[in-house]
Amino acid sequence: MGTLEHSTIAGPPAAAPGNAATPGVVPKLKISRLNFFYGAYQALHDIELQIAANRITALIGPSGCGKSTFLRVLNRMHETVRGARVSGEILLDNENALAMDVAKLRRRVGMVFQKPNPFPKSIFDNVAYGLRVNGIGGNVPLSDAVEHSLKRAALWDEVKDKLHRSAYALSGGQQQRLCIARALAVDPEVLLLDEPSSALDPIATAKIEELLFRLKENCTIVIVTHNMQQAARIADDTGFFLLGKLIEFDKTEKIFKTPAKKETEDYITGRFG
Amino acid sequence: MTRHRWRKFVSGLMFGVTAACAAAAVCLLFWILGFLVWNGGRALNFDFFTQLPKPPGELGGGMANAIVGSAQIILIAALIGIPIGFLGGIYLAEFGSGAFPFFVRYTADLLNGVPSIVMGIFAYTVVVRPLHQFSALAGGVALSVILIPTTIRTTEHFLRAVPQMLREGALALGASKWKSIATVVVPAAVRGVATGMILGIARIAGESAPLLFTSFGNQYWSTSLGQPTASLPVMIFTYAISPYADWHRQAWAAGLVLLAVMLLLNVGARVVLPPGTSHRT
Repeated sequence: MGTLEHSTIAGPPAAAPGNAATPGVVPKLKISRLNFFYGAYQALHDIELQIAANRITALIGPSGCGKSTFLRVLNRMHETVRGARVSGEILLDNENALAMDVAKLRRRVGMVFQKPNPFPKSIFDNVAYGLRVNGIGGNVPLSDAVEHSLKRAALWDEVKDKLHRSAYALSGGQQQRLCIARALAVDPEVLLLDEPSSALDPIATAKIEELLFRLKENCTIVIVTHNMQQAARIADDTGFFLLGKLIEFDKTEKIFKTPAKKETEDYITGRFG
Repeated sequence: MTRHRWRKFVSGLMFGVTAACAAAAVCLLFWILGFLVWNGGRALNFDFFTQLPKPPGELGGGMANAIVGSAQIILIAALIGIPIGFLGGIYLAEFGSGAFPFFVRYTADLLNGVPSIVMGIFAYTVVVRPLHQFSALAGGVALSVILIPTTIRTTEHFLRAVPQMLREGALALGASKWKSIATVVVPAAVRGVATGMILGIARIAGESAPLLFTSFGNQYWSTSLGQPTASLPVMIFTYAISPYADWHRQAWAAGLVLLAVMLLLNVGARVVLPPGTSHRT
Protein backbone atom coordinates (compact mmCIF):
# COMPACT_ATOMS: atom_id res chain seq x y z
CA MET A 1 0.00 0.00 0.00
CA GLY A 2 0.99 3.58 0.56
CA THR A 3 1.47 4.83 -2.95
CA LEU A 4 3.58 7.91 -3.24
CA GLU A 5 1.79 9.55 -6.11
CA HIS A 6 -0.88 11.83 -4.86
CA SER A 7 -4.04 12.02 -6.79
CA THR A 8 -4.66 15.38 -8.23
CA ILE A 9 -8.08 16.65 -7.44
CA ALA A 10 -8.00 20.09 -8.88
CA GLY A 11 -11.42 21.13 -7.80
CA PRO A 12 -11.93 24.81 -7.26
CA PRO A 13 -10.84 25.67 -3.73
CA ALA A 14 -13.87 26.28 -1.62
CA ALA A 15 -14.20 29.80 -0.37
CA ALA A 16 -14.61 28.64 3.18
CA PRO A 17 -13.15 30.66 6.02
CA GLY A 18 -9.76 29.44 7.13
CA ASN A 19 -9.04 28.00 3.75
CA ALA A 20 -5.46 28.59 2.80
CA ALA A 21 -5.35 26.34 -0.21
CA THR A 22 -3.51 28.27 -2.84
CA PRO A 23 -4.50 27.52 -6.43
CA GLY A 24 -2.15 24.92 -7.79
CA VAL A 25 -1.49 23.39 -4.37
CA VAL A 26 -3.14 20.00 -4.01
CA PRO A 27 -5.19 19.52 -0.83
CA LYS A 28 -4.27 16.21 0.75
CA LEU A 29 -6.82 16.47 3.52
CA LYS A 30 -10.02 18.41 3.25
CA ILE A 31 -11.90 18.93 6.49
CA SER A 32 -15.33 20.47 6.49
CA ARG A 33 -17.89 21.27 9.18
CA LEU A 34 -16.01 19.11 11.65
CA ASN A 35 -17.54 18.96 15.13
CA PHE A 36 -16.24 16.78 17.90
CA PHE A 37 -17.79 15.81 21.21
CA TYR A 38 -16.61 14.05 24.34
CA GLY A 39 -20.00 12.97 25.63
CA ALA A 40 -21.96 16.19 25.97
CA TYR A 41 -18.88 18.40 25.82
CA GLN A 42 -18.09 19.86 22.44
CA ALA A 43 -14.32 20.00 21.92
CA LEU A 44 -14.22 21.15 18.29
CA HIS A 45 -16.57 23.57 16.54
CA ASP A 46 -17.15 23.65 12.81
CA ILE A 47 -13.56 23.21 11.68
CA GLU A 48 -12.97 24.02 8.01
CA LEU A 49 -9.48 23.35 6.76
CA GLN A 50 -7.55 22.14 3.76
CA ILE A 51 -4.14 20.65 4.35
CA ALA A 52 -1.84 20.86 1.39
CA ALA A 53 0.18 17.91 0.14
CA ASN A 54 3.94 17.81 0.64
CA ARG A 55 3.94 20.69 3.07
CA ILE A 56 4.34 21.00 6.78
CA THR A 57 1.27 22.29 8.54
CA ALA A 58 1.63 23.40 12.15
CA LEU A 59 -1.26 23.67 14.58
CA ILE A 60 -0.71 26.03 17.47
CA GLY A 61 -2.80 27.29 20.35
CA PRO A 62 -2.99 27.27 24.14
CA SER A 63 -3.44 24.04 26.13
CA GLY A 64 -6.90 22.57 25.81
CA CYS A 65 -7.72 24.46 22.63
CA GLY A 66 -8.49 21.26 20.74
CA LYS A 67 -5.46 21.06 18.47
CA SER A 68 -4.40 17.61 19.69
CA THR A 69 -7.99 16.40 19.57
CA PHE A 70 -8.20 17.60 16.01
CA LEU A 71 -5.00 15.78 15.10
CA ARG A 72 -6.25 12.56 16.62
CA VAL A 73 -9.52 12.77 14.68
CA LEU A 74 -7.52 12.85 11.44
CA ASN A 75 -6.57 9.19 11.82
CA ARG A 76 -9.50 8.38 14.09
CA MET A 77 -7.48 7.67 17.21
CA HIS A 78 -10.39 9.27 19.05
CA GLU A 79 -12.34 6.06 18.52
CA THR A 80 -10.45 4.46 21.40
CA VAL A 81 -12.15 6.92 23.75
CA ARG A 82 -15.60 6.04 25.02
CA GLY A 83 -18.25 8.61 24.31
CA ALA A 84 -16.24 10.37 21.60
CA ARG A 85 -18.36 11.42 18.66
CA VAL A 86 -17.56 13.24 15.48
CA SER A 87 -19.67 14.90 12.79
CA GLY A 88 -18.71 16.55 9.53
CA GLU A 89 -16.40 15.39 6.81
CA ILE A 90 -12.75 14.50 6.36
CA LEU A 91 -11.60 13.74 2.85
CA LEU A 92 -8.28 12.08 2.23
CA ASP A 93 -7.57 12.42 -1.47
CA ASN A 94 -11.32 12.83 -1.92
CA GLU A 95 -12.05 9.59 -0.04
CA ASN A 96 -14.21 9.74 3.06
CA ALA A 97 -11.74 9.12 5.88
CA LEU A 98 -14.48 8.73 8.48
CA ALA A 99 -16.06 5.85 6.58
CA MET A 100 -13.07 3.92 5.31
CA ASP A 101 -11.61 0.88 7.04
CA VAL A 102 -9.83 2.27 10.07
CA ALA A 103 -6.74 0.08 9.72
CA LYS A 104 -6.38 1.23 6.12
CA LEU A 105 -6.78 4.87 7.13
CA ARG A 106 -4.14 4.57 9.85
CA ARG A 107 -1.76 2.94 7.42
CA ARG A 108 -2.13 5.92 5.11
CA VAL A 109 -2.18 8.48 7.93
CA GLY A 110 0.55 7.67 10.46
CA MET A 111 1.02 9.18 13.88
CA VAL A 112 3.88 10.06 16.20
CA PHE A 113 3.04 10.82 19.80
CA GLN A 114 4.14 13.36 22.35
CA LYS A 115 6.29 11.01 24.38
CA PRO A 116 8.41 8.44 22.56
CA ASN A 117 6.51 5.16 22.80
CA PRO A 118 8.72 2.41 21.39
CA PHE A 119 7.40 -1.10 21.98
CA PRO A 120 9.28 -3.35 24.40
CA LYS A 121 10.92 -5.06 21.46
CA SER A 122 14.15 -4.77 19.51
CA ILE A 123 14.87 -1.76 17.32
CA PHE A 124 14.34 -3.96 14.28
CA ASP A 125 11.03 -5.37 15.50
CA ASN A 126 9.77 -1.89 16.32
CA VAL A 127 10.28 -0.70 12.78
CA ALA A 128 9.01 -3.95 11.29
CA TYR A 129 5.87 -3.91 13.45
CA GLY A 130 3.61 -1.99 11.08
CA LEU A 131 4.71 -4.10 8.14
CA ARG A 132 4.07 -7.31 10.02
CA VAL A 133 0.62 -6.48 11.37
CA ASN A 134 -0.48 -5.24 8.00
CA GLY A 135 0.95 -8.25 6.24
CA ILE A 136 3.02 -6.01 4.03
CA GLY A 137 6.08 -7.71 2.69
CA GLY A 138 5.85 -8.46 -0.94
CA ASN A 139 8.93 -8.04 -3.02
CA VAL A 140 11.08 -6.11 -0.58
CA PRO A 141 12.65 -8.20 2.18
CA LEU A 142 11.72 -7.02 5.66
CA SER A 143 15.30 -6.12 6.54
CA ASP A 144 15.57 -3.82 3.51
CA ALA A 145 12.33 -2.10 4.42
CA VAL A 146 13.54 -1.60 7.99
CA GLU A 147 16.85 -0.21 6.81
CA HIS A 148 15.11 2.14 4.41
CA SER A 149 12.80 3.49 7.12
CA LEU A 150 15.63 3.97 9.59
CA LYS A 151 17.56 5.87 6.95
CA ARG A 152 14.57 8.07 6.21
CA ALA A 153 14.33 8.80 9.93
CA ALA A 154 18.07 9.62 10.02
CA LEU A 155 18.69 6.96 12.63
CA TRP A 156 20.35 4.21 10.61
CA ASP A 157 23.96 5.20 11.26
CA GLU A 158 23.38 5.30 15.00
CA VAL A 159 21.65 1.93 15.28
CA LYS A 160 22.82 -0.23 12.38
CA ASP A 161 25.13 -2.25 14.66
CA LYS A 162 22.53 -2.88 17.34
CA LEU A 163 19.32 -3.57 15.48
CA HIS A 164 18.49 -6.47 17.74
CA ARG A 165 19.05 -4.63 20.97
CA SER A 166 16.11 -3.33 22.97
CA ALA A 167 14.64 -0.05 21.78
CA TYR A 168 14.74 1.10 25.40
CA ALA A 169 18.51 1.26 25.24
CA LEU A 170 18.23 4.33 22.98
CA SER A 171 18.18 7.93 24.18
CA GLY A 172 14.91 9.85 24.23
CA GLY A 173 15.68 11.65 20.97
CA GLN A 174 16.69 8.42 19.28
CA GLN A 175 13.54 6.73 20.56
CA GLN A 176 11.42 9.45 19.02
CA ARG A 177 13.20 9.09 15.69
CA LEU A 178 12.66 5.34 16.01
CA CYS A 179 8.95 6.03 16.42
CA ILE A 180 9.09 8.16 13.29
CA ALA A 181 10.89 5.35 11.45
CA ARG A 182 8.24 2.93 12.71
CA ALA A 183 5.50 5.19 11.36
CA LEU A 184 7.35 5.64 8.05
CA ALA A 185 7.79 1.91 7.52
CA VAL A 186 4.25 1.46 6.22
CA ASP A 187 4.87 4.37 3.86
CA PRO A 188 2.11 6.72 5.04
CA GLU A 189 0.94 9.55 2.85
CA VAL A 190 0.31 11.77 5.83
CA LEU A 191 2.31 11.91 9.05
CA LEU A 192 0.66 13.40 12.14
CA LEU A 193 2.93 14.50 14.97
CA ASP A 194 1.57 15.48 18.37
CA GLU A 195 4.18 17.70 20.02
CA PRO A 196 6.89 15.24 19.01
CA SER A 197 9.75 17.14 20.58
CA SER A 198 8.18 18.48 23.76
CA ALA A 199 9.97 15.81 25.80
CA LEU A 200 13.32 16.28 24.06
CA ASP A 201 16.36 18.52 24.48
CA PRO A 202 17.18 21.23 21.89
CA ILE A 203 19.71 19.13 19.98
CA ALA A 204 17.34 16.18 19.61
CA THR A 205 14.61 18.67 18.66
CA ALA A 206 16.76 20.16 15.93
CA LYS A 207 17.39 16.69 14.51
CA ILE A 208 13.69 15.97 14.36
CA GLU A 209 12.96 19.29 12.68
CA GLU A 210 15.67 18.67 10.09
CA LEU A 211 14.17 15.28 9.48
CA LEU A 212 10.65 16.61 8.97
CA PHE A 213 12.01 19.06 6.49
CA ARG A 214 13.38 16.26 4.36
CA LEU A 215 10.33 14.04 4.83
CA LYS A 216 7.88 16.47 3.30
CA GLU A 217 9.27 15.64 -0.12
CA ASN A 218 7.09 12.56 -0.21
CA CYS A 219 4.86 12.95 2.80
CA THR A 220 2.34 15.46 4.04
CA ILE A 221 3.12 16.52 7.58
CA VAL A 222 0.80 17.92 10.23
CA ILE A 223 2.42 18.85 13.52
CA VAL A 224 0.88 20.06 16.75
CA THR A 225 3.30 22.18 18.71
CA HIS A 226 3.37 24.26 21.82
CA ASN A 227 6.50 25.91 20.67
CA MET A 228 5.78 28.88 18.40
CA GLN A 229 9.39 29.20 17.30
CA GLN A 230 9.19 25.63 16.15
CA ALA A 231 6.12 26.37 14.07
CA ALA A 232 7.81 29.45 12.62
CA ARG A 233 10.96 27.45 11.82
CA ILE A 234 9.51 24.45 10.07
CA ALA A 235 5.92 25.00 9.01
CA ASP A 236 4.75 26.15 5.60
CA ASP A 237 1.23 26.74 6.89
CA THR A 238 0.03 27.38 10.39
CA GLY A 239 -3.38 27.13 12.01
CA PHE A 240 -4.28 28.79 15.28
CA PHE A 241 -6.81 27.06 17.53
CA LEU A 242 -8.60 28.65 20.44
CA LEU A 243 -11.40 27.15 22.55
CA GLY A 244 -12.12 24.43 20.02
CA LYS A 245 -12.30 26.75 17.06
CA LEU A 246 -9.89 27.27 14.21
CA ILE A 247 -9.39 31.01 14.48
CA GLU A 248 -7.02 31.51 11.60
CA PHE A 249 -5.20 29.45 9.04
CA ASP A 250 -2.68 30.78 6.58
CA LYS A 251 0.90 30.73 5.40
CA THR A 252 3.16 30.58 8.43
CA GLU A 253 4.81 33.88 7.55
CA LYS A 254 1.45 35.59 7.33
CA ILE A 255 0.30 34.20 10.66
CA PHE A 256 3.41 35.34 12.48
CA LYS A 257 3.95 38.68 10.76
CA THR A 258 0.53 39.99 9.85
CA PRO A 259 -2.17 37.91 11.45
CA ALA A 260 -5.67 38.82 10.38
CA LYS A 261 -7.35 38.12 13.73
CA LYS A 262 -6.83 39.91 16.98
CA GLU A 263 -6.82 36.62 18.96
CA THR A 264 -3.98 35.26 16.84
CA GLU A 265 -1.93 38.36 17.33
CA ASP A 266 -2.52 38.33 21.07
CA TYR A 267 -1.41 34.72 21.28
CA ILE A 268 1.73 34.94 19.19
CA THR A 269 2.84 38.13 20.88
CA GLY A 270 2.48 36.35 24.20
CA ARG A 271 -0.37 38.36 25.59
CA PHE A 272 -2.06 35.15 26.74
CA GLY A 273 -1.76 31.42 26.45
CA MET B 1 8.39 16.65 80.51
CA THR B 2 8.07 19.39 77.97
CA ARG B 3 5.69 18.96 75.10
CA HIS B 4 8.58 18.67 72.67
CA ARG B 5 10.31 15.93 74.62
CA TRP B 6 7.04 14.07 75.08
CA ARG B 7 6.46 14.07 71.36
CA LYS B 8 9.98 12.84 70.72
CA PHE B 9 9.43 10.09 73.27
CA VAL B 10 6.16 8.92 71.68
CA SER B 11 7.72 8.99 68.24
CA GLY B 12 10.68 6.94 69.43
CA LEU B 13 8.42 4.51 71.26
CA MET B 14 6.21 3.90 68.26
CA PHE B 15 9.25 3.38 66.06
CA GLY B 16 10.43 0.76 68.53
CA VAL B 17 7.05 -1.01 68.68
CA THR B 18 6.63 -1.18 64.90
CA ALA B 19 10.19 -2.37 64.40
CA ALA B 20 9.77 -5.03 67.09
CA CYS B 21 6.61 -6.35 65.40
CA ALA B 22 8.35 -6.46 62.04
CA ALA B 23 11.23 -8.34 63.64
CA ALA B 24 8.81 -10.74 65.33
CA ALA B 25 7.22 -11.55 61.98
CA VAL B 26 10.58 -12.33 60.43
CA CYS B 27 11.64 -14.36 63.49
CA LEU B 28 8.49 -16.48 63.27
CA LEU B 29 9.12 -17.12 59.61
CA PHE B 30 12.70 -18.16 60.21
CA TRP B 31 11.67 -20.25 63.18
CA ILE B 32 9.31 -22.24 60.96
CA LEU B 33 11.88 -22.46 58.21
CA GLY B 34 14.55 -23.57 60.66
CA PHE B 35 12.26 -26.22 62.11
CA LEU B 36 11.46 -27.52 58.69
CA VAL B 37 15.04 -27.56 57.44
CA TRP B 38 16.33 -29.13 60.67
CA ASN B 39 13.74 -31.91 60.91
CA GLY B 40 13.17 -32.35 57.20
CA GLY B 41 16.84 -32.24 56.31
CA ARG B 42 17.61 -35.09 58.71
CA ALA B 43 14.80 -37.20 57.30
CA LEU B 44 15.41 -36.50 53.65
CA ASN B 45 17.33 -39.03 51.60
CA PHE B 46 17.49 -40.36 48.08
CA ASP B 47 14.86 -43.03 48.81
CA PHE B 48 12.34 -40.32 49.54
CA PHE B 49 12.28 -39.41 45.82
CA THR B 50 12.41 -42.93 44.39
CA GLN B 51 10.60 -45.33 46.76
CA LEU B 52 6.93 -45.98 47.45
CA PRO B 53 5.66 -45.56 51.00
CA LYS B 54 6.32 -48.55 53.25
CA PRO B 55 3.52 -50.02 55.36
CA PRO B 56 3.45 -48.83 58.98
CA GLY B 57 5.98 -50.62 61.10
CA GLU B 58 8.48 -50.99 58.27
CA LEU B 59 11.19 -48.34 58.28
CA GLY B 60 12.27 -46.39 55.21
CA GLY B 61 10.45 -45.94 51.96
CA GLY B 62 9.66 -42.68 50.21
CA MET B 63 6.98 -40.61 48.55
CA ALA B 64 7.79 -40.96 44.87
CA ASN B 65 4.13 -41.58 44.08
CA ALA B 66 3.05 -38.44 45.94
CA ILE B 67 5.62 -36.31 44.15
CA VAL B 68 4.41 -37.51 40.76
CA GLY B 69 0.78 -37.31 41.92
CA SER B 70 1.17 -33.72 43.05
CA ALA B 71 2.75 -32.86 39.71
CA GLN B 72 -0.17 -34.47 37.85
CA ILE B 73 -2.81 -32.71 39.91
CA ILE B 74 -1.09 -29.34 39.59
CA LEU B 75 -0.69 -29.84 35.86
CA ILE B 76 -4.41 -30.53 35.48
CA ALA B 77 -5.24 -27.50 37.60
CA ALA B 78 -2.90 -25.31 35.53
CA LEU B 79 -4.26 -26.58 32.23
CA ILE B 80 -7.77 -25.59 33.31
CA GLY B 81 -7.05 -22.55 35.45
CA ILE B 82 -4.30 -20.71 33.58
CA PRO B 83 -6.02 -20.29 30.18
CA ILE B 84 -9.33 -19.27 31.75
CA GLY B 85 -7.70 -16.93 34.23
CA PHE B 86 -5.33 -15.43 31.67
CA LEU B 87 -7.93 -14.77 28.97
CA GLY B 88 -10.44 -13.57 31.55
CA GLY B 89 -7.80 -11.18 32.88
CA ILE B 90 -7.21 -9.85 29.36
CA TYR B 91 -10.93 -9.26 29.05
CA LEU B 92 -11.08 -7.34 32.32
CA ALA B 93 -8.04 -5.21 31.56
CA GLU B 94 -8.64 -4.47 27.89
CA PHE B 95 -12.37 -4.65 27.33
CA GLY B 96 -13.58 -4.31 30.89
CA SER B 97 -15.77 -1.37 31.65
CA GLY B 98 -19.44 -1.69 32.40
CA ALA B 99 -21.67 -3.84 34.55
CA PHE B 100 -20.54 -7.31 33.48
CA PRO B 101 -16.79 -6.77 34.04
CA PHE B 102 -17.59 -5.21 37.40
CA PHE B 103 -19.52 -8.34 38.26
CA VAL B 104 -16.68 -10.61 37.11
CA ARG B 105 -14.12 -8.64 39.11
CA TYR B 106 -16.28 -8.73 42.21
CA THR B 107 -16.90 -12.45 41.86
CA ALA B 108 -13.20 -13.15 41.40
CA ASP B 109 -12.42 -11.25 44.58
CA LEU B 110 -15.12 -13.15 46.42
CA LEU B 111 -13.82 -16.48 45.15
CA ASN B 112 -10.33 -15.48 46.30
CA GLY B 113 -11.64 -15.28 49.82
CA VAL B 114 -13.56 -18.56 49.83
CA PRO B 115 -11.88 -21.17 52.05
CA SER B 116 -10.11 -23.74 49.93
CA ILE B 117 -11.96 -26.64 51.54
CA VAL B 118 -15.16 -25.29 50.01
CA MET B 119 -13.54 -25.65 46.59
CA GLY B 120 -12.89 -29.26 47.56
CA ILE B 121 -16.56 -29.78 48.38
CA PHE B 122 -17.45 -28.24 45.04
CA ALA B 123 -15.12 -30.56 43.10
CA TYR B 124 -16.37 -33.50 45.17
CA THR B 125 -19.92 -32.71 44.12
CA VAL B 126 -19.31 -32.11 40.43
CA VAL B 127 -16.52 -34.62 39.71
CA VAL B 128 -16.16 -37.28 42.41
CA ARG B 129 -19.85 -38.05 42.90
CA PRO B 130 -20.80 -38.45 39.23
CA LEU B 131 -17.70 -40.59 38.57
CA HIS B 132 -18.09 -42.55 41.85
CA GLN B 133 -14.34 -42.30 42.26
CA PHE B 134 -11.72 -40.11 43.92
CA SER B 135 -9.26 -39.04 41.25
CA ALA B 136 -6.37 -36.81 40.26
CA LEU B 137 -8.84 -35.18 37.89
CA ALA B 138 -11.12 -34.17 40.76
CA GLY B 139 -8.15 -32.80 42.69
CA GLY B 140 -7.06 -30.82 39.64
CA VAL B 141 -10.53 -29.35 39.23
CA ALA B 142 -10.64 -28.32 42.89
CA LEU B 143 -7.26 -26.59 42.64
CA SER B 144 -8.12 -24.94 39.32
CA VAL B 145 -11.08 -23.22 40.96
CA ILE B 146 -8.60 -21.67 43.38
CA LEU B 147 -6.18 -20.77 40.60
CA ILE B 148 -8.67 -19.02 38.28
CA PRO B 149 -9.53 -15.98 40.40
CA THR B 150 -5.92 -15.26 41.37
CA THR B 151 -4.76 -15.58 37.76
CA ILE B 152 -7.58 -13.37 36.49
CA ARG B 153 -6.79 -10.60 38.93
CA THR B 154 -2.99 -10.65 38.60
CA THR B 155 -3.23 -10.75 34.80
CA GLU B 156 -5.60 -7.80 34.85
CA HIS B 157 -3.35 -5.93 37.27
CA PHE B 158 -0.20 -6.26 35.19
CA LEU B 159 -1.91 -5.55 31.87
CA ARG B 160 -3.38 -2.38 33.30
CA ALA B 161 0.11 -1.27 34.26
CA VAL B 162 1.12 -1.22 30.58
CA PRO B 163 1.15 2.44 29.47
CA GLN B 164 -1.78 3.47 27.29
CA MET B 165 0.60 5.01 24.79
CA LEU B 166 1.90 1.58 23.78
CA ARG B 167 -1.62 0.52 22.83
CA GLU B 168 -2.10 3.74 20.89
CA GLY B 169 1.24 3.25 19.15
CA ALA B 170 0.12 -0.15 17.88
CA LEU B 171 -3.35 1.03 16.89
CA ALA B 172 -1.89 4.00 15.03
CA LEU B 173 0.07 1.57 12.85
CA GLY B 174 -3.12 -0.12 11.72
CA ALA B 175 -3.12 -2.98 14.21
CA SER B 176 -6.50 -4.26 15.33
CA LYS B 177 -7.31 -4.12 19.01
CA TRP B 178 -6.68 -7.83 19.47
CA LYS B 179 -3.43 -7.63 17.50
CA SER B 180 -2.22 -4.77 19.66
CA ILE B 181 -3.02 -6.76 22.78
CA ALA B 182 -1.36 -9.95 21.55
CA THR B 183 1.76 -8.37 20.10
CA VAL B 184 2.41 -5.35 22.31
CA VAL B 185 0.42 -5.26 25.55
CA VAL B 186 0.86 -8.88 26.66
CA PRO B 187 4.58 -9.05 25.76
CA ALA B 188 5.09 -5.80 27.68
CA ALA B 189 3.48 -7.34 30.77
CA VAL B 190 4.76 -10.88 30.35
CA ARG B 191 7.06 -10.86 33.35
CA GLY B 192 4.45 -9.72 35.82
CA VAL B 193 1.72 -11.91 34.36
CA ALA B 194 3.88 -15.04 34.37
CA THR B 195 5.17 -14.34 37.86
CA GLY B 196 1.58 -14.05 39.02
CA MET B 197 0.75 -17.38 37.44
CA ILE B 198 3.72 -19.10 39.02
CA LEU B 199 2.89 -17.67 42.43
CA GLY B 200 -0.66 -18.92 41.96
CA ILE B 201 0.65 -22.38 41.13
CA ALA B 202 2.98 -22.27 44.12
CA ARG B 203 -0.01 -21.49 46.29
CA ILE B 204 -2.15 -24.39 45.07
CA ALA B 205 0.85 -26.73 45.27
CA GLY B 206 0.64 -26.45 49.05
CA GLU B 207 -3.12 -26.93 49.39
CA SER B 208 -4.19 -30.05 51.24
CA ALA B 209 -7.79 -29.39 52.30
CA PRO B 210 -9.36 -29.41 48.82
CA LEU B 211 -7.51 -32.63 47.96
CA LEU B 212 -8.63 -34.63 51.01
CA PHE B 213 -11.89 -35.71 49.43
CA THR B 214 -11.11 -35.20 45.75
CA SER B 215 -7.82 -36.86 44.87
CA PHE B 216 -7.89 -38.57 48.29
CA GLY B 217 -4.61 -40.48 48.53
CA ASN B 218 -2.90 -43.64 47.50
CA GLN B 219 -0.08 -45.72 48.98
CA TYR B 220 0.83 -46.98 45.52
CA TRP B 221 1.27 -45.63 42.02
CA SER B 222 -1.94 -44.52 40.36
CA THR B 223 -2.23 -45.90 36.88
CA SER B 224 -4.60 -43.30 35.55
CA LEU B 225 -5.92 -39.80 36.24
CA GLY B 226 -9.24 -41.38 37.17
CA GLN B 227 -7.83 -43.08 40.25
CA PRO B 228 -7.24 -41.93 43.80
CA THR B 229 -3.87 -40.21 43.70
CA ALA B 230 -1.31 -39.40 46.35
CA SER B 231 -0.13 -35.82 46.78
CA LEU B 232 2.51 -34.27 49.00
CA PRO B 233 0.24 -32.02 51.10
CA VAL B 234 -2.20 -34.84 51.85
CA MET B 235 0.70 -37.18 52.63
CA ILE B 236 2.02 -34.63 55.10
CA PHE B 237 -1.38 -34.49 56.76
CA THR B 238 -1.79 -38.26 56.90
CA TYR B 239 1.74 -38.94 58.09
CA ALA B 240 1.83 -36.14 60.63
CA ILE B 241 -1.28 -37.34 62.48
CA SER B 242 -0.15 -40.99 62.43
CA PRO B 243 1.30 -42.51 65.60
CA TYR B 244 4.55 -43.68 63.93
CA ALA B 245 7.81 -41.82 64.49
CA ASP B 246 9.18 -42.87 61.12
CA TRP B 247 6.10 -41.42 59.40
CA HIS B 248 6.56 -38.14 61.27
CA ARG B 249 10.08 -38.06 59.93
CA GLN B 250 8.80 -38.56 56.39
CA ALA B 251 6.21 -35.81 56.85
CA TRP B 252 8.98 -33.37 57.73
CA ALA B 253 10.89 -34.43 54.64
CA ALA B 254 7.81 -33.90 52.50
CA GLY B 255 7.31 -30.44 54.01
CA LEU B 256 10.87 -29.52 53.17
CA VAL B 257 10.49 -30.74 49.58
CA LEU B 258 7.29 -28.76 49.15
CA LEU B 259 8.98 -25.66 50.52
CA ALA B 260 11.97 -26.13 48.23
CA VAL B 261 9.72 -26.49 45.19
CA MET B 262 7.87 -23.29 46.05
CA LEU B 263 11.09 -21.41 46.66
CA LEU B 264 12.46 -22.66 43.37
CA LEU B 265 9.33 -21.60 41.50
CA ASN B 266 9.39 -18.18 43.13
CA VAL B 267 13.03 -17.43 42.57
CA GLY B 268 13.11 -19.15 39.19
CA ALA B 269 10.24 -17.01 37.94
CA ARG B 270 12.08 -13.85 38.81
CA VAL B 271 15.39 -14.95 37.35
CA VAL B 272 14.33 -16.68 34.16
CA LEU B 273 11.47 -14.51 32.93
CA PRO B 274 12.35 -11.59 30.70
CA PRO B 275 11.46 -8.19 32.07
CA GLY B 276 8.65 -6.38 30.26
CA THR B 277 11.18 -4.12 28.64
CA SER B 278 12.94 -7.01 26.95
CA HIS B 279 13.26 -7.06 23.21
CA ARG B 280 12.06 -10.62 22.80
CA THR B 281 8.89 -10.89 20.80
